[in-house]
Amino acid sequence: MKSDSSVDNRLLSAAGRQLIVFTVIALLAVAALMFALNWLAGLTSSTAGGSRTAVDFETNTITTYLRDEPPQMNSMIATDAVSGMILNHVMEGLLRYDQLGNLEGGVAERWEQNGSEITFWLREDSRWSDGQPVTAHDFVFAWRNAVSPAIGSQYAFILYPILNAEKINNSELPIDTLGVRALDDRTLLVTLETPIAYFDRMVAFVTFLPAREDFYTATNGRYGADADEMLYNGPYIMTSWVHGSSMRLERNPYYWDDNRGRIEVINFAHMTSDPNTLLNLFKDNQIVMADLGATMLEEAMLQGWQIQSFQEGTVFFIEFNHRDERLTRNLNLRKAFYLAQDSGELVNRVIKLPGYLPGESLFPGWLRGVEDSLRDEYPAPFYNRNITLAREHLRMALDELGLDQLPQMTLLTGDAPTARMQAEYYQEVFKRNLGIDVIIDAQIFRQRLEKMTSGEFDMVMAGWGPDYDDPLTFADLFSSWNLNNRGRYASDALDAQVRIAQSSLDTVERMNAFGEIQRLLYEDVVIIPNYERGYVYVTDPRLRGLIRRVIGAEIDFTYAWIEE
Amino acid sequence: MWSYTVKRILQGIITVWFIATATFLAMHNVPGDPLSSDRATNETIRANLEARYGLDKPLLEQYFVYMGNMMRGDFGISFTQQNREVNDIIREHFPVSATLGVLAVMFAALGGILMGALTALYRNRLPDYIIMFLVIMGISVPSFVFAALGQLSLVNLNAMMGFSVLPVAGWGTVSHMLLPALVLGLGTMAYLTRLMRSSMLEVISSDYVRTARAKGVPAARIFTRHQLRNAVMPVITVLGPAIASITTGGFVVELVFAVPGLGRYFVQAVQQLDYTVIMGTTVFYGAFLVFMVILVDLVYGWIDPRVRLK
Repeated sequence: MKSDSSVDNRLLSAAGRQLIVFTVIALLAVAALMFALNWLAGLTSSTAGGSRTAVDFETNTITTYLRDEPPQMNSMIATDAVSGMILNHVMEGLLRYDQLGNLEGGVAERWEQNGSEITFWLREDSRWSDGQPVTAHDFVFAWRNAVSPAIGSQYAFILYPILNAEKINNSELPIDTLGVRALDDRTLLVTLETPIAYFDRMVAFVTFLPAREDFYTATNGRYGADADEMLYNGPYIMTSWVHGSSMRLERNPYYWDDNRGRIEVINFAHMTSDPNTLLNLFKDNQIVMADLGATMLEEAMLQGWQIQSFQEGTVFFIEFNHRDERLTRNLNLRKAFYLAQDSGELVNRVIKLPGYLPGESLFPGWLRGVEDSLRDEYPAPFYNRNITLAREHLRMALDELGLDQLPQMTLLTGDAPTARMQAEYYQEVFKRNLGIDVIIDAQIFRQRLEKMTSGEFDMVMAGWGPDYDDPLTFADLFSSWNLNNRGRYASDALDAQVRIAQSSLDTVERMNAFGEIQRLLYEDVVIIPNYERGYVYVTDPRLRGLIRRVIGAEIDFTYAWIEE
Repeated sequence: MWSYTVKRILQGIITVWFIATATFLAMHNVPGDPLSSDRATNETIRANLEARYGLDKPLLEQYFVYMGNMMRGDFGISFTQQNREVNDIIREHFPVSATLGVLAVMFAALGGILMGALTALYRNRLPDYIIMFLVIMGISVPSFVFAALGQLSLVNLNAMMGFSVLPVAGWGTVSHMLLPALVLGLGTMAYLTRLMRSSMLEVISSDYVRTARAKGVPAARIFTRHQLRNAVMPVITVLGPAIASITTGGFVVELVFAVPGLGRYFVQAVQQLDYTVIMGTTVFYGAFLVFMVILVDLVYGWIDPRVRLK
């Protein structure tokens, strides 16, 4: 008689054998499925096509990534940095920035401002990617569209200095009354509402790029939606755009300037913003550059990579709510907050990324003044941390407000981990140094905007980036009429200085106004400057001549080349 | 059978309608809207934009317009990707997520069934302990950790081998799919292993297995016909929802491996309050989930004749 366990063992070994057979069959089935999928994927075609390494000398190709899928490529309605970056490669406006960031002629050979009239003379050899010449009419068409109410461009305001632009945008005048005329195919006359000194620097912005009417109309409202629904006049043309996954730029044979577009193909093989993924792709020699996060710096140094940093131009600050019903309307209270913190500590102990500069002013360090840097010519006054003084101001504030103790204050911020970390720093220092309880209100982007606009905060962590290369792009932020002034700060003195900066044609007078605005912001403690944001990135040593810009394309490959 | 099917489909349609209505209302009650941007828009620009997207109409009218369009299969145009139809976004990116999802479920199901059977057979012996330890890991460690670890190991492997064994990230060939699918399927695989183990244990000690043994049925036949086939039923039941949840929940893995799936659009749409994309993806995913559940119910009846569908 067999024991029970031997029956079990027999069953077990038989079952084990069966399982092995099943496993083999399953693996074969999976392999077959893989082949089927591979074939299917080939049919639908997805991404990462073309070369498999970061640099390919044979075909003069580089492979890199995009941080995000660009929403669309119609320059008249584009608003985001990624679209701006691509547009800088595939399009060219009247004016552009050279390798050093100075303004120079693009499609325009030369230009001349005479009071409120600016004339642009277009170069003969600027061509569209179908070989036809770029004419003054293409600019008239694009600019009229950009202010047309039917198009509804969010950046229409940037054209408001042009005669009638705002009224057209407001549906008060027909679009052909816009102050821009093609005198002939190669002469463009722009009439401004009032003479301003910085219009030429605005013209380098994407909203001022040209578009050809016949092509635009033929796309039936889909202009800029796909690679073949756009006409290019820049150093590159887009030959493929697989949404959400890849984009390919190839040299434009009709482009006039031999200094730009030395790399034959730029292959944006990935669209992701995950820093770890980017680092891994870079390590695997799949992309020529990658932005680094704070935790990756050590590894990058260990690997001996070429690490670079740059300030990308945006300034971050705590904006107070200056509305009547808010306690932060009290100057002494704002001063107490300012004196209790230290932007250097935030940058060096909390953010800990090279490239970041402690904030001292609304005006970032890269802005140009009369001859040199604006901040060198007009040093920013700022309060050093002084806790005793801070407490004194808090006491004065409480007296003025008739309070024994300050209620909880709200600090509005974004939902990104870094934003929360910074908010926690401020929560901690305000509690420790002033004994004030600060609640962090972390919101997703659109809800934060909504709360900022409706004033549901005491303090908000905000930032501002430039649209054009003039201090005014920052200076008018706190003018009483600016809709981006979400803390509703209002001061006649500051408004008067902004008006001078807007209307004066004299550089020294304008820069003095900016200096004065900087002083007023400091004296009235409108904001607490936090930092100027920086990027740390690694590049492949074989890639040369890559430019990262504050104004215009954030990443510029148009002057780059590859070399062993 | 037919009347049952029709009834289930009707229920499904009502469910989808409910999802659509609830999402529509919730979405419009969230503060903020898709037209706000960090560059404040003046009233003119704002009015132009609202008119373009029909947001200037009363909410009820917007609802009926939206539902009408949806019936005709038109989800509208994205707010953030201003020249793309939501239908195009779904059509271009869902197949990617679905491919990844199906592959992940394949891995999960095969691995889960085999390992589950193994643990039950070797109950309280070494293979059982090892696999159950891995299962606990699979359930408790979130997928982004596996994704990051997997990717890092791959980078090191590629560096060690001196050539690209598998691509680190991206999409396009089956070599791109392997690691993301495996990572995506791990959680489900662990869950299915546990399910299979308990269900197998129940079957092993059941009367009909003892009867079969007493009749002298060969061990291999007992295992396949009586044990495996019966034990696999609960696993199949959860497979349909698992396909749906894996396909819709692959956002993190898609992000890490730079896979152009629908997950990214789904999550970004919510963050950006992109009304049309939120509606489109939610209704689509909802319908997909409902469809998978119905499908599994029907297949269940086909596999197990004891389940009579009325």
